[in-house]
Amino acid sequence: MTYFAGFILLAGAMLLGAPGSSCADAADRHAVPRARLVREIAAMAAQDQAETGKPSISPRVMEALARVPRHKFVPVEHEQRAYENRPLPIGYGQTISQPYVVALMTDLLQLKPGDRVLEIGTGSGYQAAMLAELTEAVFTIEIIEPLARRAEAMLKNQGYGKVQVKVADGYYGWPEHAPFDAIVVTAAASHVPPPLIQQLKPGGRMVIPLGSAFMTQQLMLVEKDGQGRVLTREILPVSFVPLTGKH
Amino acid sequence: MPAPLVSVGLISAAVLGYQLLLMRLFSIVYWHHFAYMMISLALLGYGVSGTVVALWRERLSRHFPVAFVINAALFGLAQVAAFQVAQRVPFNALEILWDARQPLFLLLLYGLLFVPFFFAGNCICLSFVCCNAATHRLYGADLLGAAGGCLLVMALLFLLPPLSALRVIAALGLLAAAVGAWRLRLGPRLAAVLLALALALPFALPAPVGTPVPNEYKSLSRTLQIGGARVLEERSSPLGLLTVVESPRVPFRHAPGLSLNAAGEPPAQLGVFTDGEGFAALTRFDGDFGKLAYLDMMTSALPYHLLKAPHVLVLGAGSGADVLQALSHEARRVEAIELNAQMVDLVRDRHAGFAGDVYRRPGVQVHVAEARGFVAASQERYDLIQVALLDAFGASSAGLYGLSESYLYTVEALQDYLRHLRPGGLLSITRWVSLPPRDALKLFGTAVVALEHEGVAQPGNRLALVRGWQTVTLLVRNGEFGAEDVARIRAFSDARSFDIEWAPGIAAWETNRFNRLDQPWFHEGATALLGEGRAQFIERYKFNIAPATDDRPYFFNFFRWRTFPEILALKGRGGLPLLELGYPVLVATLGQALLASTLLILLPLRLGRAQPPAVPRTRVFAYFAALGFGFMFIEIAFIQKFTLLLPHPLYAVAVVLCAFLLFAGLGSRYSERLQGGVWRPVLAILPLAASYLLLLPWLLRFAVALPDALKIPLAVVLIAPLAFCMGMPFPRGLAALASHSPSAVPWAYGINACTSVIGAVLATLLAIHLGFSGVIVLAAALYGLAAMAFPNHGGGAVSTITRSGKSDNRSGRNGSGQA
Repeated sequence: MTYFAGFILLAGAMLLGAPGSSCADAADRHAVPRARLVREIAAMAAQDQAETGKPSISPRVMEALARVPRHKFVPVEHEQRAYENRPLPIGYGQTISQPYVVALMTDLLQLKPGDRVLEIGTGSGYQAAMLAELTEAVFTIEIIEPLARRAEAMLKNQGYGKVQVKVADGYYGWPEHAPFDAIVVTAAASHVPPPLIQQLKPGGRMVIPLGSAFMTQQLMLVEKDGQGRVLTREILPVSFVPLTGKH
Repeated sequence: MPAPLVSVGLISAAVLGYQLLLMRLFSIVYWHHFAYMMISLALLGYGVSGTVVALWRERLSRHFPVAFVINAALFGLAQVAAFQVAQRVPFNALEILWDARQPLFLLLLYGLLFVPFFFAGNCICLSFVCCNAATHRLYGADLLGAAGGCLLVMALLFLLPPLSALRVIAALGLLAAAVGAWRLRLGPRLAAVLLALALALPFALPAPVGTPVPNEYKSLSRTLQIGGARVLEERSSPLGLLTVVESPRVPFRHAPGLSLNAAGEPPAQLGVFTDGEGFAALTRFDGDFGKLAYLDMMTSALPYHLLKAPHVLVLGAGSGADVLQALSHEARRVEAIELNAQMVDLVRDRHAGFAGDVYRRPGVQVHVAEARGFVAASQERYDLIQVALLDAFGASSAGLYGLSESYLYTVEALQDYLRHLRPGGLLSITRWVSLPPRDALKLFGTAVVALEHEGVAQPGNRLALVRGWQTVTLLVRNGEFGAEDVARIRAFSDARSFDIEWAPGIAAWETNRFNRLDQPWFHEGATALLGEGRAQFIERYKFNIAPATDDRPYFFNFFRWRTFPEILALKGRGGLPLLELGYPVLVATLGQALLASTLLILLPLRLGRAQPPAVPRTRVFAYFAALGFGFMFIEIAFIQKFTLLLPHPLYAVAVVLCAFLLFAGLGSRYSERLQGGVWRPVLAILPLAASYLLLLPWLLRFAVALPDALKIPLAVVLIAPLAFCMGMPFPRGLAALASHSPSAVPWAYGINACTSVIGAVLATLLAIHLGFSGVIVLAAALYGLAAMAFPNHGGGAVSTITRSGKSDNRSGRNGSGQA
C-alpha cells in the first residue's frame, strides 16, 4: 500500500517535473537532475512512511519541489550541486537547507491556497519560492541586506514577484500583514519571539528548524489552538528510534 | 663534532610553543577537534625527518653544520609562512561530510603545517646522528627546551594576541639557527646575520592582524554579518579569545529556552564569544529587577520556586546571567565560580556600568577558579548549587583536548556537589535538549548512580527533571521531595508550558504534554534509569549514555559504533546531526596517523641502502615504539589526573607537562652515568606507576583541600621520580644503537616520533574505553616490553641487564599536551 502511494507520488513528480521546466527555461538542463532529486525525496519519504506510518509529504509540496529552480537560488559556483540532496553555502555565513528538510518543513505548515505566510530569514529565497508555489500571500524578512536584495531580485526574475521581501529585524514580525496562517523561522534565535506568536492566527502553525549551519537537528512545530493556547511538537527529520531491539 | 645543545633546546622550545600556539589559532579559526587533528598529523613531520635522514644520512652528515643551520632557519621562517598560507585554504569542517573537496583541503592543511615540524625534526634527528657521543645531553636539551617552550608560550599567550606570539616563537627558530651557526663554527658573520634576522622578524613582517579570521559559519562571524554589529574589544589568553560584540540594530535577546508564554523582551545585551563560538550574554542591568522577569521563564529558574532566600553557588558564572537570575529571585548570597579571569574582568570592571555592577553587589562573591576543585575544597554548604549551561568551557575552549574531558558532570562530581548541600538543598543542572535525548538522560543516570553511591535507597524520590522546548533542568535534592514540592514543580511547569519528565509520583500521562515528542523518550528513559533494567537500557540505547566518571570523564561523548552505519544511511533524510563528530574525528586522526606512520617507518627499509642493524629490526622497532607509546600514555593520563588537583586546567597542563619534560630531561642527562640496560629505570617506573594508580585517587581527595601554593609543589614532587626514570630509556637505546648500528639511528628516531604522535591520539581513545587507569596500566606494560627489547648488540633479552648501553625516550616533545 505504502509502496503504491510512493509510486503515484513518484510518477506525479516526474510528470510535473517536465512541464514545470519548460516555463522557466526552454532548454533547462537542470530539469533532469531536479526530477531525479524529487524522485529521491519521494522515495525517502515513502520509506519513512513505511517505517513509521506517519503521513508522507503531501503531493502539493512535492509538486512545488519539482517546479522551483533551486539552481537559481544558490551561488553560481554551486549551481552544479543545486540538485544534490545536501545543504549548500550561500555566502554571509548562511546556508540553504537540505532539500529533504525544506520539503518536510514546508509540509509541516499544511498551507492551503490563499493562506498568509510569513518567513523570517529569507536567505537564498528558495524557501520563499517554495511557499509561493503553495499560496498567494508570502511575506519574507531578511536582516542581511545584500542577501535580501539578491533573493528579491531572483524571486522576481523567476516569476515569484508577488513575494514581499523586507530588510528588517524579524523579531517583531510584520504586524501590517498579520495575522498569519503560517510562519517559518529559519533565522537563528535563542528563543521564539513573542511578537511572532502573537501574529500567528488561532489554528496557525509555525515551524522552526533548530540546529546550526549545515545541520538541522530538529524541527519545532508551534501550534496555536482555537483558544490561543500554544503547544509545540518537536520532530526529528528522520525516523530514528533511540533503542535497539524489542522488549 | 660539538653538539649544538643550546640550539636544540631552542628548537624544541619553539616546536612545543608552535604546537600549542597552532592549537590556539586553529581553535579560533575552526573547531578544536579539527585543530587537534591537523596538528597531530602535522607533527608527523618529525617522523618524516627520521625517514629522510635515514635515506640520505651520509650526505647530510658530511655537511652537518650547514644542514643544521639551514633547517633551523627554515623552521623559523616556515612557522609564519605555513600559518599564513593555511589561513587561505578554504577548508570548511562543517561541509566535510557533504563536499568531496573538503578532505583534499584538509590534506593540504596537513601538508602545509607539516613543513615547519619537518625542518625542526631534521635538526634534532641530524644532531642525534652526528653527535652520538652526546646523545644523553642532546635528549636532555631537547626535553628541557620543550619544558621552557611550554612555559614561554603560556606566558606569551597572556601577554600578546596569538598572531604576535607566533612571531616571537618563529624568531626563536631563527635564534636557534644563529646560535647553531656560532656553535658549529660557520663563522661569526653568518651567526650575526641570523641573529639580526631573528631580532627583526617579529617587527619586519607586515603589521600583525590582531587575531586570525574565524570560519564564516562560526557564531561570531555570522553575528558580524548583521548590520550595525561590531567588535568592541578582544581579550586573549591561553583559555581562549574573548570577543565582545555589540549589535544595536538587531539586539541579541539571548534567553535560551525561554518559555513560549513569556511576554517581554530581554534587556539590551552585549555578546561575549569565546574563540568565535560559545556565546554568552552580558545583560544590561539598571537595578530594576522587573526587567529581568524573563529570567524566571526559563527551566533553570525552577529551583528558586522551591527555596526561600537561598545561599547559591553558581558553577560557570560566565558573563553573569545565572548570577542575575539568582539575584532577581532574592538569593541571600551568591557565590559564583568562573574559570576565565578575563571574563570576570569584563563583567566586574570593564563593563561594570552596563552590567549594573552585578559582580560587586552586596552578597555577591566571584571566584576565579576551576569549579570542581572549588567545590571539593569548599567548607561551605549551600542551599542551591547551580551548574550553568556553559559547555565544559575550561577544557574545550582551551582547545588542549581532542574530545573534551569534563569533570563537571561525572558521578564523583555530582557526589561532591551533593555533599555540599544543606539539608533540603538543591543541585540544579541545565542542559540543552538534544533529540533523541542524550545529555539529559546521561545526566539523569549519573545522578542516580551518585545518589546510590551516597547510600540513598530511593534515588527517584530526590530527583526532578523538567523539560522546555530547548532546555532541560535536572534537580537533585538533599532529602526527598515532598508533596508540596511536587505541587510547586507542577505549578511552575504548567505556567511556562514546560513538561515534567520526572518527579516523585508523576504519572506517565502527565509527561510530554506541552512540547510533545513522538514518544515520551525522556520519561521512559528516566523510569528505565531508575529501575532494575538500568544496565540493559543503557546497553540497548543507541547513544552512549553510560555515566561519566573521573577516570573516564567523557560526558560529551555519546558516540556508539553500533549506531554509526544507521546514521550514515539516514544522511539524505536529514539524519547527519545525529552523528556525534568528536569521536569519529579522533578515530579518523588515528587512522591517518597510523597509515602515514607505517609508510614512513617502512620506507627507509625498502629504499635504504644502509646495512641492516646488528640487532633484529623488530627489536629496534619494539623498543622505540613501546617508548613512544608508553611515554605519551603516562604523560597524558597524568595531565588528566592532575586536572582535578590543580586549581586551574592551565596549571594542570603547564605544571604537569613542564614537570614531565624537565625531570625527563634531567633523567636523560643522568642516564649517561648509568650502567647496564634499562631494567633499572623500568623497574622503578613500574612500581611508581602502580602505586600512583592505587594512591592517587585517595591522595587527590586529601590534597584538594590544601592551599593552592602547596598543590603545585606537591604535583611536581609526585611527577618528578616517575619522569626522571622515563627520561632514561630513549637516549640509552639510541646510544646503544649508535655504538653498533649508527645507520639505524634516524630510523629509530622516526619510529619514536611517529609512535609519540599516535600515542597521544590513542591515549584519548583508550581513555574513553578503558579509563585513564587502564591507560597507565598499558603504559607500564609497554615499558616492560621496552626493557625486554633493549637493542644492545650480542645480548638477548636477559643479557641487556648486564651490558652497558645508552638510551632513553624522546617522546616528550610530542607530549606537549595536544591530547
